[in-house]
Amino acid sequence: MEINYILNNKKVTSSITPHTMLLNELRSQGCFSVKCGCESTNCGLCTVWLDGTPILSCTMPAARIAGHSITTLEGLQAQALEFTRFMAEEGSDQCGFCNPGFIMNVLAMARELDNPDQNQINHYLAGNLCRCTGYAGHMRAIEKYLAFRSAIQKGGADND
Amino acid sequence: MYTAREYVLPKTLEEAYQLNQKKQNRIIAGNMWLRFSSGSFGQLIDLSDLGLNTIRQTETEFIIGAMVPLRELEKHPELNAYTGNAIRDCVQDIVGTQFRNSATIGGSIWGRFGFSDILTCFLAMDTEVELFPSGRMTLADFTAQKPDNDILVNIILKKTGLKTAYRAFRYTATGFPVISCCVSKGDFWRIAIGARPAKAMLHILPDTAVLSSAEDTALKELLDKTIFGTNSTASADYRRHLAQVMIIRAAASLEV
Repeated sequence: MEINYILNNKKVTSSITPHTMLLNELRSQGCFSVKCGCESTNCGLCTVWLDGTPILSCTMPAARIAGHSITTLEGLQAQALEFTRFMAEEGSDQCGFCNPGFIMNVLAMARELDNPDQNQINHYLAGNLCRCTGYAGHMRAIEKYLAFRSAIQKGGADND
Repeated sequence: MYTAREYVLPKTLEEAYQLNQKKQNRIIAGNMWLRFSSGSFGQLIDLSDLGLNTIRQTETEFIIGAMVPLRELEKHPELNAYTGNAIRDCVQDIVGTQFRNSATIGGSIWGRFGFSDILTCFLAMDTEVELFPSGRMTLADFTAQKPDNDILVNIILKKTGLKTAYRAFRYTATGFPVISCCVSKGDFWRIAIGARPAKAMLHILPDTAVLSSAEDTALKELLDKTIFGTNSTASADYRRHLAQVMIIRAAASLEV
């Protein structure tokens, strides 16, 4: 079957089977940031946005995204760079395997939650597993990144 | 992972129902559990085009479409105001934000899963399901019957003024519950215990029953009537002990 959808702001037409999962479809489109980490719908590594909402692409039927918009890390390079600078400064990535899904969900959280506290951050990101770090560096990076974003937004408002 | 011959999006409930009469066809909801099946299906029946992804309310009830994602339940202000956040509490520890954006209430309820936080929670409230074409029945009756070929359309939560509290115990923040309990009080107590590990069962007690300590006869009798099981996660005795603690805590939170 054929589907049309928007991938990172570009129109895509793709030929899929009725049982193709979005993860496989996106990798066939060259989006290799999208990876399968656990095969049990649990680890968050395959996170992409469906119409701006974070979902697990490993379990989303590709047929269901016809007419919708998908965003992967490949489509968010500027935002990802802004955040990962803080990750690098805090030494919060080690093997780096979980980073793509983690970054996608951090950026989704920054859009959805207003000034989240540590509990809200932990809760929003609980479905993103990292087996190296223990998350302490992640939390420092996220808090500094959110403070930076907030300062920029306030600065922008003052200039208006 | 399954394979399928065709992916169809019916435009009417009648069409979905007709497709669902064939043994080799499957309804696809969130696909969170279906993805683990290894069957070879005929048609996958996606209910996305039937407008079942909304939460509506009337004076007397909330009408929750079967395709509403769990995350929408978690964030819905009126639903959580009415249930004292019991709905948020039962949903919020399920795997992760991304999972809950796809997993549907219909899939959770239809599956009658033993581990289901959602089934446990809704069972303790005044809940009905609306099926096509059979119509409405109580969630308790629905839970007791075997899955058939009807279509689950809506989950209906009646506004009967119950006070509700949900408690579960997990080994890890996003893991399966070892035990789940939901307690509500109106004209009588409704106490649902899930992850026994079998599917949730409901007890009804008079509102005069006291559930405030392990010594209370009503609580002892209730636990005696509940079948707890042992599996690799926990023993029956441990589950019984946890259920006792969770029920006392939930009941106490309603008295405040």
